[in-house]
Amino acid sequence: MSTQAEEVTGDKRGSGTVLSDEPVRDLDAETAARLAVELGLAPDEHDRIVELLGRTPTTTELYIYSLMWSEHCSYKHSKKYLRLFPTDGPAVLQGPGENAGVISVGDGWAVAFKMESHNHPSAIEPFQGAATGIGGIIRDIFTMGARPVACFDSLRFGTLDKPRQRYLFEGAVAGIGAYGNCLGVPTIGGEVAFDEAYEGNCLIGAMAVGLMREERLTLATASGVGNQLILIGSTTGRDGIGGASVLASQEFDEGAEAKRPAVQVGDPFTEKLLIEACLELLDRGLLVGLGDLGAAGLTSSASEMAGRAGVGLDIDVSKVPQRELAMQPFEIMVSESQERMLACATPELTPEVLAVCEKWGLRATVIGSVTDTGQFVVREGADKLVCSLPALSLTDDAPLYDPPYTEPAYIQELANANLSGLAHPESVEELSAALLQLLASPDICDKRWIYEQYDHQVMCNTVVVPGAADAAVLRIGDTGRGQMTTRAIAISTDCNGRYVYLNPRRGAALALAEACRNVSCTGATPAAVTDCLNFGSPEKPEVYWTFVEAVTGLAEACRSFDVPVVSGNVSFYNESFGAPIYPTPTIGVVGILTDVDQHMTQGFAAPGDVIVLIGETNDELGGSAYLKERFGLAAGEIPALDFDLEREVQSVTRELIADGIIRSAHDCSEGGLAVALAESCLSGGLGADVAFDDELSAAASLFSETQSRVLVSVALERADELIDRLEASMLPFSVLGEVTPAEAGIRILDKVAISFEEARAAYEDTLPRLMGDA
Amino acid sequence: MAAGAKVGVVVFPGSNCEQDVAYACEQLGITARYLWHGERDLGDCQALVLPGGFSYGDYLRAGAVARFSPVMEEVIRFAETGRPVLGICNGFQILTEAHLLPGALIRNARLKFICRNVALRAEASCDWLDLPQGTVLHLPINHGEGNYYCDPSTLEGLRDGTAGRVILRYCEEDGADLPRHGAPNGALDAIAGVSNAAGNVFGLMPHPERAVDPQASYTTDGPAFFTTVLALVTEGVR
Repeated sequence: MSTQAEEVTGDKRGSGTVLSDEPVRDLDAETAARLAVELGLAPDEHDRIVELLGRTPTTTELYIYSLMWSEHCSYKHSKKYLRLFPTDGPAVLQGPGENAGVISVGDGWAVAFKMESHNHPSAIEPFQGAATGIGGIIRDIFTMGARPVACFDSLRFGTLDKPRQRYLFEGAVAGIGAYGNCLGVPTIGGEVAFDEAYEGNCLIGAMAVGLMREERLTLATASGVGNQLILIGSTTGRDGIGGASVLASQEFDEGAEAKRPAVQVGDPFTEKLLIEACLELLDRGLLVGLGDLGAAGLTSSASEMAGRAGVGLDIDVSKVPQRELAMQPFEIMVSESQERMLACATPELTPEVLAVCEKWGLRATVIGSVTDTGQFVVREGADKLVCSLPALSLTDDAPLYDPPYTEPAYIQELANANLSGLAHPESVEELSAALLQLLASPDICDKRWIYEQYDHQVMCNTVVVPGAADAAVLRIGDTGRGQMTTRAIAISTDCNGRYVYLNPRRGAALALAEACRNVSCTGATPAAVTDCLNFGSPEKPEVYWTFVEAVTGLAEACRSFDVPVVSGNVSFYNESFGAPIYPTPTIGVVGILTDVDQHMTQGFAAPGDVIVLIGETNDELGGSAYLKERFGLAAGEIPALDFDLEREVQSVTRELIADGIIRSAHDCSEGGLAVALAESCLSGGLGADVAFDDELSAAASLFSETQSRVLVSVALERADELIDRLEASMLPFSVLGEVTPAEAGIRILDKVAISFEEARAAYEDTLPRLMGDA
Repeated sequence: MAAGAKVGVVVFPGSNCEQDVAYACEQLGITARYLWHGERDLGDCQALVLPGGFSYGDYLRAGAVARFSPVMEEVIRFAETGRPVLGICNGFQILTEAHLLPGALIRNARLKFICRNVALRAEASCDWLDLPQGTVLHLPINHGEGNYYCDPSTLEGLRDGTAGRVILRYCEEDGADLPRHGAPNGALDAIAGVSNAAGNVFGLMPHPERAVDPQASYTTDGPAFFTTVLALVTEGVR
């Protein structure tokens, strides 16, 4: 790096009114161009910076642009298609563009929620990567003024027969638990899948939900000339430097291990204090705005706060408390040290802000102020200017790309794969074994090994615990402050990456359909969506095609189900050694339940109850868990999705729950009707005696993954009422049989006969056995 | 009668179950008041609860730092005068660190955090719990460091009552003994909760406050842990 400098002479610095100051030049044009490329900027992006500034940028400026214009911060490859999403609706209080989306849930309460990935750091160091993923998403929530009340995890790994995959899985789960448990925020749901497609690039998504009174909604903005910028929380070190550009915006290769220093380290105790201090600051009305320091650290939070208000900022990095010696200004500006917040307050209230932070044992330091120049100014000490650029250029002038895309050849090949020669099981013994194999598969099996490492009960609002229903149900209210309601929210996260791989457009729509169905099966009405779109490199036309298709399908489904997207994130470059992951657009759906006492669970309730299938089964084994587990195949035409039928099935299910007619509801998804039946038995501690009277082959009848099906049960004396209601609805349905005591086992006429204990062992023993905890 | 009794809930930086305890108290008609760790004035509290959480991040060792908070001097004084003190989970860890209770809580045998509903058996009575020996209860556990340990002489002292008493043990669903080393967290002798010799200080790893409100609980075996002692204090026995 060149040290050539052209000193700017004369003192043009005023108190917050820097106009034409130029920073101290520390790079010649050639060196700057080289550094830009090293930092991940494209040559034409560098040219654009030179043009915007009208001069050669400084080191600090180049770092700042490289971060803010990185894929991770600028969404330069995705913005165009993200505009397809519906983002508005009567319940939406805050759509995309803020730290989290916010919807009204009634009675004056609002929930803020967002899902985000932390894939790349976790692939390098799973414990800290996953832990800081939770920390980051939680900060996004309380930045909005909401108290974080729930977490969810969405995980993808390679297969667990590989030691490295077990290490990643074990570390990520432990990291999520360690962070969320310490904060006292319950982790109440999530999903996980294991496939070779994720072997070189695991996915670690985290969703957080926060609760607030509607009037408390806070935005990340810095306005009011002369107002103070206050940095709250941890000291700033060199950890995580370049995280957004180096880790999150490039593929992995042999050098991945060397990137370990770019992974941040979490301190949940400080985060807990930050939550309490920030909520107290907001409660007392002491702040103008609040932003969290996530990817690209101080740079992104400060520039976004300035950009939203259309103001300038003047920051002195020498005031930032540092945990390492001799840090350069650019290092301070882009450090991703965790557990830091940036607050904006009037000079009059600043002493009170500092006092609240002190009470919570947190560092709080005035590091700069709001100006009217529109310039993003960084200085090192009062006299040395190291950066002065138009604040809006970081966000509004970021390049936008519309890369070419083309359908990959595999799509047609796999859709048309000839599956007719497969040797399907036919005898009761073989079919029973196939069901047990599916129940024991890591994708389907019991996830207790994971969720028992998470405190899923703290705050005393978890109405439906993990494993008991298709979605988590959380009561709305502030325990300990006497503000309870009768309302609840239901939350489900979902994505079948295999479906999306085989048919990105329909696969993404199916992910939304299933997440909505899960929420509906608890009785709640889907209200809004967050998404976490994980794909390979957008610079590869075949990969980008899957992105465009998936986003298009998801947008169409959101409109059909009338659920706006209020927040989300895009993670590209999920590849290793040139091989992309399955495209995995994970969906988080939040639904509203007006009467918490009406919530429904999936377990059968009592022997003698009648089991009914709403919807009908077609021969749709393409892309199924059955083909994967039995034949190692990811091929075929994935299940069809009829939006009208799906909406109607969900709506009728919700009505049956609200009217108190049915006693259990469980959606049929991976593993088909047979797996859904076994799960309702296992959850209820009961057996079942049923017949599947369709015209299909035994394998299709049991394991087809036809959509828009819900398995319900009803007390015998209300069975006629249920049948009348279903007949009136015009939906297809069939009466399958009855619930039996556990000792009678799980029996499907002419197809399956297994004991309850066999089913339980298959379902529950898998993860402890694979993880060496049996 | 418990109604109207006043309980102080001690809040350390990093405590995270104080609201749950206050909520349980509210459900049972008990007035709860938060006591910040820097305070030295316990006011008119008739009983104290040290709630769960991760005081000071549980850095160094669970409870090791919290034990030096200013409020702990007052908690110790309060306990020494025979008034009732309850420690739940992290609170139990702090009470052992403060030597108000015998033994220590070390990392779970499998080194993993456990959140699960468990079966417990009442073994003896103290000011906080008075159930027939052998009564089976179900409460959730939520901890990473709940593996009770003490040296052999202390264990002997717990048996003869000189060091304190074992109040709760982990057990099978039907109340039978677990196999040796069979406690979910590996606790010595399956010990889940102990009191001091006087019976006024009680610590347990399970969370009774999470088993009070039927709408959001696995079970409703929690109320006895709050009402028993408050009947005592309001009748002026303690």
